[in-house]
Amino acid sequence: MADVPSDAPEHCPGTSSDQAGKTSACQGCPNQNTCASGAVKAPDPAIEEIRLKMTSVKHKILVLSGKGGVGKSTFSAHLSHALASDDSTEVALLDVDICGPSIPKMMGLEGEQVHQSGSGWSPVYVEDNLAVMSIGFLLSSPDDAVIWRGPKKNGMIKQFLRDVDWGEVDYLIVDTPPGTSDEHLSIVQYLSSAGIDGAVIITTPQEVSLQDVRKEIRFCEKVKLPIIGVIENMSGFVCPKCKNTSQIFPPTTGGAQRMCEELNLPLLGRVPLDPRIGKSCDEGKSFLTEVPDSPAAMAYQSIIRKIKDYCSHSSIKGSVTVDLE
Amino acid sequence: MDTSERGSLDQVKHVVLVLSGKGGVGKSTITTELALAFRHSGRKVGILDVDLCGPSIPRMLRVGKPEVHQCDAGWVPVYADPQQQLALMSIGFLMEDPDEAVVWRGPKKSALIGQFVSDVAWGELDVLLVDTPPGTSDEHLSVLENLRKHKVDGAVLVTTPQAVSTGDVRREITFCKKTDVKILGIVENMSGFVCPHCSECSNIFSKGGGEELAKLTGSVFLGSVPLDPLLTASLEEGRDFLQAFPESSTYTAISDIAKTLLSNLES
Repeated sequence: MADVPSDAPEHCPGTSSDQAGKTSACQGCPNQNTCASGAVKAPDPAIEEIRLKMTSVKHKILVLSGKGGVGKSTFSAHLSHALASDDSTEVALLDVDICGPSIPKMMGLEGEQVHQSGSGWSPVYVEDNLAVMSIGFLLSSPDDAVIWRGPKKNGMIKQFLRDVDWGEVDYLIVDTPPGTSDEHLSIVQYLSSAGIDGAVIITTPQEVSLQDVRKEIRFCEKVKLPIIGVIENMSGFVCPKCKNTSQIFPPTTGGAQRMCEELNLPLLGRVPLDPRIGKSCDEGKSFLTEVPDSPAAMAYQSIIRKIKDYCSHSSIKGSVTVDLE
Repeated sequence: MDTSERGSLDQVKHVVLVLSGKGGVGKSTITTELALAFRHSGRKVGILDVDLCGPSIPRMLRVGKPEVHQCDAGWVPVYADPQQQLALMSIGFLMEDPDEAVVWRGPKKSALIGQFVSDVAWGELDVLLVDTPPGTSDEHLSVLENLRKHKVDGAVLVTTPQAVSTGDVRREITFCKKTDVKILGIVENMSGFVCPHCSECSNIFSKGGGEELAKLTGSVFLGSVPLDPLLTASLEEGRDFLQAFPESSTYTAISDIAKTLLSNLES
């Protein structure tokens, strides 16, 4: 686990890196000898602490995509809204996109701050049963850039999982940044003992996106993370005036459907482009309640039903093993 | 000329980063189109793709997966055209299997970027464009750290119009200020979609956010590029959009941006 002691220098490779204690940055670090001895390569005790913390969380779902800007945060936000529309369901939404947190804005929580309580950080509540946590709540201004290398991002993710007072939760939705790097490895590793129900993969129809998404699927296979299914977002645009459909992001290689057939994965559904989705996100509202009878909202609802079904049948054993690096 | 004794960027006149806090806003698209536009105006251009987890440029220029060769001066870049006016380096060329995931943490990514910056034999170039992944993290810090030894003219920031995207780009602007990178201008991508059936313009991702952001932050607004299925399709097939559709308004938008940028660089 790439982890950085608070007194480590800026370029600390992380205590569990092969380079721990050996890089030029390690010269003069008070932890150099410990790191070089390999003593810290034992499993991170935080994994066990997180397992205990997560015993009050029934289902954990990751929202992933190799590609950026395909709608991960939009989907995460709407999945959370939809699940929380049932008053008896407790939902938590965790944003682990450390450098580009979009969730606060999409949930209408921009400018909110996290409070410290006796039992940890309190998440910010949209409704009584919908809690949100994001690094956005820890920044003092919307211009603040989080210019962090991997180890610091990992430390933050660990804190989000271990130190946030989530309470009793039915669904924990984790929104991720694009790629297959620090954040993804960390969230999977930290939740390895607690168990993850599975990942929802988002793509857009064109090959430039699918080629990155295939890598993300490969990542899931490598870390043995089950895939709940794939969602094709921005799938066609219906002109509000003439009602003709245009393929703005053309599925030149058969889109998500062909990819799912080839990789034997369920296609959960397709969501068309609708200018009102982006607008709702900018205003921090739920598109599903703003325009409930639109084709896009109906597509969302059908996908969300499938995810709920999946979770009610999934029996996580909590043994996602990660032996990368 | 023998470049082995000197830095691989010594004969590169201008270095421009293409940045955005947000993913999927068109960094690679804008990088590719700018490179093509520069080449059409007779410049020698290079693209360094430092998006290690999701390299898109090789597909967008349809260079396939050629082997990267070594020469005395370092790695020979891949040329996208027979005249060798457009050079390219990407991790996409180093992967055996295109679907393989690069599951790397920061330090490993930084090491490769260091090599990309110092070991590619670009030769003489008018402009080197550096395409980046979204965010403000390892890749960005490493590429800057390594380029510092040479010279970075500045960064072009790409955003889509909606607030969720401009919000991330504001953070990227802070990144540029903190790291002393000059902002050469902001490009608004996916700005409006003109229905090919009825010519009605729909602002799918809102409108004007890029220009507003430029005003707010006192940056140059380079222009907006509409959502154009012909452009997305061209990039899918690796076709030169600028050559194929010189009549389209998207063509005008892209070439105007390229012209402004180039004259700012060369003035």
